[in-house]
Amino acid sequence: MNRPIRTLSVGCLILFVALMLNLTYVQFFKASWYNDRADNRRVTEEAYAQQRGDILVGKKAIATSKPSDDKYEWQRTYPGGKKYAPITGFMSYSYGQTGIERSQDSVLSGQDNKLFTNRLVDLVTNSEPAGGNVELTIDPKVQDAAYEGLTALGEDVQAATVAIEPKTGRILAMASTPTYNPSKLATHDFGAASKSFNNLSKDEDEPLLNRSIQTALPPGSTFKLVTAAAAIEKLGMDGDSKVYGGASLDLPGTTTDLPNLNGTSCGGEQITLTRALEVSCNTAFGQLGMDLSDEDMRAQAEAFGFGQHYLDDIGPQAKSRYPTNDGKDKQARAAIGQQDVIATPLQMAMVSAGIANGGEVMKPYLVDRVTSSSLDVIDQGKPTTIDNQPAISRDTAEILTQMMVSVVDNGTAEVASIPGVSVAGKTGTAQSSKERAPYAWFTSFAPAENPSIAVAVMVQKSGTERSEIAGGRLGGPIAKAMMEAAIS
Amino acid sequence: MSGFTPASSMPVFVHRSRRGAELVLMILALAVGIGAYAAVGLGVQEKVPVDIVGYGTWLVALLVAAHIGVRLLAPYADPVLLPLVAMLNGFGLAVIHRLDLAAGASESDAFARQQLIWMSLGVVLFLITLFVVPDHRMLQRFTYTAGLGAVVMLILPMLPIIGKTINGARIWINLGPVSFQPGEVAKVLLVVCFAGYLAVHRDALALAGRRFVGIDLPRGRDLGPLLMMWVISLAILVLQRDLGSSLLFYGLFVVTLYVATERKGWIVVGGLLFAGGVFAAISLFSHVRVRVLTWLNPFDYYPDPVNGTSSGQLVEGLFGMAWGGMIGRGFGSGEPWRVPYANSDFIIPAIGEELGLTALLALLLCYGLIVERGLRTAIVARDDFGKLLSVGLATSVALQTFVVVGGVTGLIPLTGLTTPFLSYGGSSLVANWVIVALLLRVSDQSRRPLPTAPSDEDLAAEETQIVKLDKGAMNK
Repeated sequence: MNRPIRTLSVGCLILFVALMLNLTYVQFFKASWYNDRADNRRVTEEAYAQQRGDILVGKKAIATSKPSDDKYEWQRTYPGGKKYAPITGFMSYSYGQTGIERSQDSVLSGQDNKLFTNRLVDLVTNSEPAGGNVELTIDPKVQDAAYEGLTALGEDVQAATVAIEPKTGRILAMASTPTYNPSKLATHDFGAASKSFNNLSKDEDEPLLNRSIQTALPPGSTFKLVTAAAAIEKLGMDGDSKVYGGASLDLPGTTTDLPNLNGTSCGGEQITLTRALEVSCNTAFGQLGMDLSDEDMRAQAEAFGFGQHYLDDIGPQAKSRYPTNDGKDKQARAAIGQQDVIATPLQMAMVSAGIANGGEVMKPYLVDRVTSSSLDVIDQGKPTTIDNQPAISRDTAEILTQMMVSVVDNGTAEVASIPGVSVAGKTGTAQSSKERAPYAWFTSFAPAENPSIAVAVMVQKSGTERSEIAGGRLGGPIAKAMMEAAIS
Repeated sequence: MSGFTPASSMPVFVHRSRRGAELVLMILALAVGIGAYAAVGLGVQEKVPVDIVGYGTWLVALLVAAHIGVRLLAPYADPVLLPLVAMLNGFGLAVIHRLDLAAGASESDAFARQQLIWMSLGVVLFLITLFVVPDHRMLQRFTYTAGLGAVVMLILPMLPIIGKTINGARIWINLGPVSFQPGEVAKVLLVVCFAGYLAVHRDALALAGRRFVGIDLPRGRDLGPLLMMWVISLAILVLQRDLGSSLLFYGLFVVTLYVATERKGWIVVGGLLFAGGVFAAISLFSHVRVRVLTWLNPFDYYPDPVNGTSSGQLVEGLFGMAWGGMIGRGFGSGEPWRVPYANSDFIIPAIGEELGLTALLALLLCYGLIVERGLRTAIVARDDFGKLLSVGLATSVALQTFVVVGGVTGLIPLTGLTTPFLSYGGSSLVANWVIVALLLRVSDQSRRPLPTAPSDEDLAAEETQIVKLDKGAMNK
């Protein structure tokens, strides 16, 4: 009977090998599939019940984990509140994470490979693994000014603003209204969290949106900075070059004309380019858009960052774009920031920052440093340019800066002038549709000779009368307050 | 003549008793058991359990008693088996203790405490078995008694008053304060019955009979009693809704039959019958169909049950094992309380979650070794009954491990069985200790040196005696 016993032992061996292979499959090869499932409560609750690292602005935590006496042990709270909600995002049990909570999750939860040695130490010393901290580039004074400015516009306002340090790309402020209280979504009272979330998602003003990066709208006249840059670069112009300044521009191939906003001329048939920018002359820039090729215009826009995502530290983001325009009429309208051109506030801040930094557009970033729980610096954000080529030459940047200073000193952006500081700026008012009020834009930087801050403000919807909406009046004071906060 | 050596004086291979090796392995097994218990305390409560000395002493006393019992009662028994089961049992106790802590059980109703009592009973029965069965061949006398006993054991839970249904399976009986699964005892009795019957009838089964389509069919009268046995067991099991045991008994039957007759045809016939049975069971019984469906698409029934069917236990177990990964989360850092019945059927996922793939592979190796030692005992056994008995016992461990581990890891549909020696469950633990005692008994008989026949010189040295027989004696 020994032969069948030997056969039997081979059979048993096969059974055990099958068990071992299957276990290896479940626990090794398919493990991440199981772990990534949304219905895997082990993983979601662990993430939820963990002491996550802090999100810091300066020395102050705007998001932190506090001990709680329920089974989740730690409660995520947001001392930064509504002011910082578009940046921090929230961390909820049922609705996942957004903002920095999401984009920096691996660091905050301590799972990131950068924190590997810390994890190893935690393992050896058998202490709870602690998450790393994320320090933001935000300047709290500028952020305060931004948030106060936006909320001062009143209830029922959709607006956003971004400020960048032109030399480095550090984001100094990022605010969006309406906003929300992230602590209400992070609460362990899941019923209350769910009620808050449903109310926020139903709200037609979309308070959960971070408009500074997630909303791309026609930039209107602020886009004339890009057109002017292309005209100086490609057509060899300068601030004194003569451009068409008539009351209306005939658009070839159409029965419509492109008029100026107030229906009058910009101060003569022929005006200087500086004058055209001062008064935000539609006919002048429409004509320049037709004189330039569509390719040159798009190349110029993309050199400033259109068509790409440049901010890696937070998401999701809307893409700014300058689409193909077939036909001179469309080129003319695109050149004044209408047609299908759209941009986020971040993008328009990058345009100003690029001009302010002598033509080099720095890659914007929000995460300054990543530190371990024991405050060792794990990672340090470094300034880089978005491209090897500058967007415009240093000379072009200087000419544009002079022109923008003139816009503040003698033109539409006067509201942003700061005594004793030369400010460069540009307003914008973009038509959306006949039914709804136009979008108001404002972008600026200061001090013009050595810029330390570039700002873009976008007001998507406000309670203001249609006729009252002009970029300068709504966005200007906010930009001014932010610049003052940065300079002082 | 000078170069010729008579066969009788050739050096015969004599097994060494290897009790020293067993002792060393026992110390390692105790280190695992007591170490795991301490690790549970450190991991969950951040301190060595306060009762570690008392617990450790009791475990040492039990296992030393088992070792001494083997030294006295079965000195030539296999030296690896006892340490292996000691390790599994001790480790299982630590894991059950950990699950008690997770469930917040108090001292008095803790499963680990009860399991320790069952283990003590198991070791006592282990020693009693070795003592009352000095030679396994005496069990052959009880072939039919064992068969009858198995049937009675299987019927017991069906009886009113003492029978008890737990989780849909009517496999329990109430004995005052304790519940008992007589099916576990039936398992051992059936192995004895199969081995005894087949040892006698193997020639008839293998040789007599008609050949039909290339397969040698045995005569009905040889097969009759066995088939009846099998049908009765299966019928009872289907009525009791215990799929795991049903699978185990059937597997035991086919394997023992194959080994006894040395005919592969039995595997073929057995496989076909099995396939037919599975098909019939799936189409006839909804509780079987549900098991297959939840096995194929576990996530269709998770997290919300569909028509009262949930795969939560299986899926939570898989999540736990995946979460544990290669090295596990460590004692106290997992969430094994998410899996219902983690301390019995689902102890494998609980271990996988906290100690990882590494621990599970090590445990499977231990089970593999138990089976291997059992089959090795069958190979060296000197009699047919001994061979068949150890084949049956080793196969029962192999099949039970495969059915339960395969079930909870999603390899095969889930059927309820305990993991031998690891899971909480008194009946199973006691029965398995008896299985080990029987394996050691067969192995002792097989490895013991043969009694030496007196040599020619010895005989020559004897004085010749003339025995005078009287007439009365011759005419008797």
